Amino acid sequence: MTARIERPLSPHLQTYRVTLTMALSIVHRATGIALYFGTLLLSWWLIAAASGPGAYANVQAFTGSIIGKLIVFGYTWALLHHLFSGIRYFFWDLGYGFKANEREALTWGALIAGISLTVLVWIVAYTVGGGR
Amino acid sequence: MSGPSSMRTPLGRVRNLGSSHSGTTDFWRQRLTAVAMTLLIVPVIVIVLMLIGRNQAGAAQILGSLPIAIILVLFIIASAWHMKIGMQIVIEDYVHNEKLKLASVMANNFFCIAVALASIYAILKLSSGV
Repeated sequence: MTARIERPLSPHLQTYRVTLTMALSIVHRATGIALYFGTLLLSWWLIAAASGPGAYANVQAFTGSIIGKLIVFGYTWALLHHLFSGIRYFFWDLGYGFKANEREALTWGALIAGISLTVLVWIVAYTVGGGR
Repeated sequence: MSGPSSMRTPLGRVRNLGSSHSGTTDFWRQRLTAVAMTLLIVPVIVIVLMLIGRNQAGAAQILGSLPIAIILVLFIIASAWHMKIGMQIVIEDYVHNEKLKLASVMANNFFCIAVALASIYAILKLSSGV
């Protein structure tokens, strides 16, 4: 019997120099996890709409509160950031954008698009409905 | 049986024990659902914006309309599937205890299915106007 082979392990996070693409890779995962639990809010809202005026008023009271607004704002950014950050992965999956300047540009683009569209959506939200 | 004296070759011993032909299934479905949501995100945001400032009766009327209900149901299916795969990857990366991993993956499945079915049921209820 041969001894169990000690396979080499890949070095962990702290070994590497922090780069933009690496930081944004972590943010992509973090926003994904946030969105995962954020779907509870979406689900609650839909169930409340189907349940009746009282339940719906509860959701509106929550989303209208300061904490509720912060959470929904955070959810909007997490969703849009994850979207644009994810579109980056489409490029990479198809084999484009691997040069140093290209991957930096894609990553900055995702960051800027995520933040600016979040602000835009909220401006439209306030224009349409005057807040929640 | 499969000790050093076995007549089976190393290849024969591992055959049919791996993820043969299905190793990229999650990778593919993750991309499939991602593209679906990329296409659906603009109408979904428009729908949410349409509902701002309305009371339950107004919201129920909009959510119950056919195209809106279909768009939301599609979005919910894609997102539940996408988040199930994504969370499973996170669990498999960080949870090393085998039993805890098993329980987490199972809980992840339950959570995603429950969230999806509850949301879809709510939309169907609104669509049937009950």
